[in-house]
Amino acid sequence: MQVVLDHYNYWVCVILMMIGFYGVIAKTNLIKKALSLSLFQTGVLVFYISIGKVEGGTGPVLDPRNPEAVYSNPLPHALMLTAIVVGVATLSVAMAIIVNIRERYGTIDERDIEDIENQAQE
Amino acid sequence: MKDNVLMRVAARWNMPFLLVFALYTQTHGELGPGGGFQSGVMIAAAFIVYGMVFGADEMRRVVPRWVTDFAAAAGVLIYAGAGVYCMAMGYTFLDYAALVPSNPGGAEPWGMVIVEYGVGITVAAVMLTVFNEITEGTLPGQEPGGTKEVL
Amino acid sequence: MERIHQNLPALIVVLPLCMGLITSIIGRRGLGWWLAMGTASAVLAMAVQLLVNVLESGTLTVTYQMGSWPAPFGIVYVVDPLNAGVLTIVALIGAIVTLYARKSIASEMDPRRLHFFYALWLFCMTGLLGITITGDAFNLYVLLEISSLSTYTLVALGRQRNRRALTAAINYLVLGSIGATFYLLGIAYLYMVTGSLNIADIQHILATKVFPTWGTDAPMYRTTVYVGFALMAVGLSLKLALFPLHGWLPNAYTYAPSSVSALLASTATKVGAYAFIRVIFTLVGTGFAYRMLHTDVVLMVSAGAAILVGSWMAFRQTSLKKLLAYSSIGQIGYITLGFALGNVNGLTASIIHLFNHALTKGGMFMALGVVAYRLGNTRLQDVQGLGRKLPFTMAAFTAGGLGLIGVPLTAGFVSKWYLVTACIEAGRYEMAAIVLVGSLIALLYVWKVVEAIYFGKRPENVPGVKEAPLTMLVPTLLLAGASIYFGIDASTSARVATAAAHFLLGVTP
Repeated sequence: MQVVLDHYNYWVCVILMMIGFYGVIAKTNLIKKALSLSLFQTGVLVFYISIGKVEGGTGPVLDPRNPEAVYSNPLPHALMLTAIVVGVATLSVAMAIIVNIRERYGTIDERDIEDIENQAQE
Repeated sequence: MKDNVLMRVAARWNMPFLLVFALYTQTHGELGPGGGFQSGVMIAAAFIVYGMVFGADEMRRVVPRWVTDFAAAAGVLIYAGAGVYCMAMGYTFLDYAALVPSNPGGAEPWGMVIVEYGVGITVAAVMLTVFNEITEGTLPGQEPGGTKEVL
Repeated sequence: MERIHQNLPALIVVLPLCMGLITSIIGRRGLGWWLAMGTASAVLAMAVQLLVNVLESGTLTVTYQMGSWPAPFGIVYVVDPLNAGVLTIVALIGAIVTLYARKSIASEMDPRRLHFFYALWLFCMTGLLGITITGDAFNLYVLLEISSLSTYTLVALGRQRNRRALTAAINYLVLGSIGATFYLLGIAYLYMVTGSLNIADIQHILATKVFPTWGTDAPMYRTTVYVGFALMAVGLSLKLALFPLHGWLPNAYTYAPSSVSALLASTATKVGAYAFIRVIFTLVGTGFAYRMLHTDVVLMVSAGAAILVGSWMAFRQTSLKKLLAYSSIGQIGYITLGFALGNVNGLTASIIHLFNHALTKGGMFMALGVVAYRLGNTRLQDVQGLGRKLPFTMAAFTAGGLGLIGVPLTAGFVSKWYLVTACIEAGRYEMAAIVLVGSLIALLYVWKVVEAIYFGKRPENVPGVKEAPLTMLVPTLLLAGASIYFGIDASTSARVATAAAHFLLGVTP
């Protein structure tokens, strides 16, 4: 039990990632797939932010009155700002492609698309 | 949705506040919490609220496609242009000391301000482009030229 | 001029980025191609200049600090013999394929949106060049995503010819993003251990502070480093389409527009392979990856399977683009096998094959693009008897095919020679045998096509075809000719590859 509680940030990250991963594999609806992918990335974002925390650390703004202050590490947060943008870009490219798929196939379900393609080949 | 008085009035009244707050976050970016990402999203949100209430076509009349296309590229060009300017002045890429050679430390905020404006413009334009792409598609069974309502 | 020279490492990435943006604004009415072509030529010149600079400099490295922030704090771009070579490959192929793309893409998509195509094209090059040149692990992730996102869109642009391009693109997007996310998580673990994102700095901290404690009673961060490396390896394997993580590749290459297939096949997976080499040899070091974790065995098994399965699947295809796509999976196996062996000859084989395969496969995809341009399709029955109708294009295709088999006097032979030598040197006779069997299967699938081209009978009731337009023919012949030239005189490519291998393994020649 102690192992679980000590590393709870890992567990949150892994659980989020695995929910997303399950969605990516198991869902046939492409929109749900894209959202699961987003969740999968969010797991990593949460993980990065959690590793920036320093025990007893405050916000990373230099405080001249308190030279002993311990600061949290701001770098992972800055990195994740970039990663969030990347995630948004991925999601919007995915949505644009899915809109196109809906136009050309009339469905956004992977199994239906497979059926349509198989019929077209016969 | 534009027949709903409540929505119409709320959208109209909220837009200026959204835009002003966005500008505040933008100009305050190098000193406190805020910056291009947040303000860009807020600017886009103001227009998207407008588009949701009055229809995406009406929003595209206010902000035509060519404006968003241009702004999306221009924003990044401002960012990269700041870097290229530094190179042209004999410094390295994005070395803001090139902006005020007499006071390199004082140049940092200037560099950030320029770069953040670029980011803000791009983010706003790209968010609007995403909204446009999703609402503009001609799905089977729909009239070309965009949907009248989303949501 | 002086300033351009000083800022080359930054300019080679910034120039295509800025030009891509400018193209998306003003690139209408054919101007887009001119902007893209000019940029690609300038990038090629810069890459060659960087290669020369690096080989002539005493330390074999050129470092560039972004914003003048020194190494572990800021982002640095580092050029060494390995990535200068890869940069040259990307820039060379980029320039030649851009020349080819003009006619080819104009027939495949809406002419009013062409400037967006060229903008994406330049962004893709930005990403690929950036991955190659950066010395920062997180920056590598960002540039990886820049190149990937533009690649997904470029693949989806094949939708006008075949709507399956869309499903191929979304499939590629899902798998590619998962790979990139794994890589990102891997960096997080290494960042927790070292507190640094600079590749050289991570390596230094691992080698001096972390690994020495592992022999003692209190090993530091052992599991964390294991997990971090494993995540990065899986993520990059997905990007490089290493068997069995190659699922996205065949459809993406098949349904993308011809010029996009040529660019992707000859650069995207190569850059993935480069990033993998960088992670193994520079970031964690072979001592950890190979001697401690035995990743080399895993890689060799994957590579062997890739060679056999990829080549066999290629033999079974009737769509020629798909045939080449599966053959690429096999060729990635050869590249992986080279660096998995971990000796100088193996690495040399790997790096030289990056170059040779880029030439060979690029030329073949471009030849098929000509067939698609003239006939609208690239099935096996479409090329029956085309040898007399399209003599130059088909000659280029055949030259490439011979390179895939590894016939002497083609570039493929040089890399396979190094590879087999390296296998024997390392005592891996079974891998040498697999390389030879793979070449035999390559002989089968290449012969299948060559037979159709030269001995097949053209169906009676089809309209005649003309040879390709000059702007498509010249680049195709250029790459095919280069693949022959570097088979006859491999001294230049071998010199760069050997220098890179020596540099990575830290041995002085």
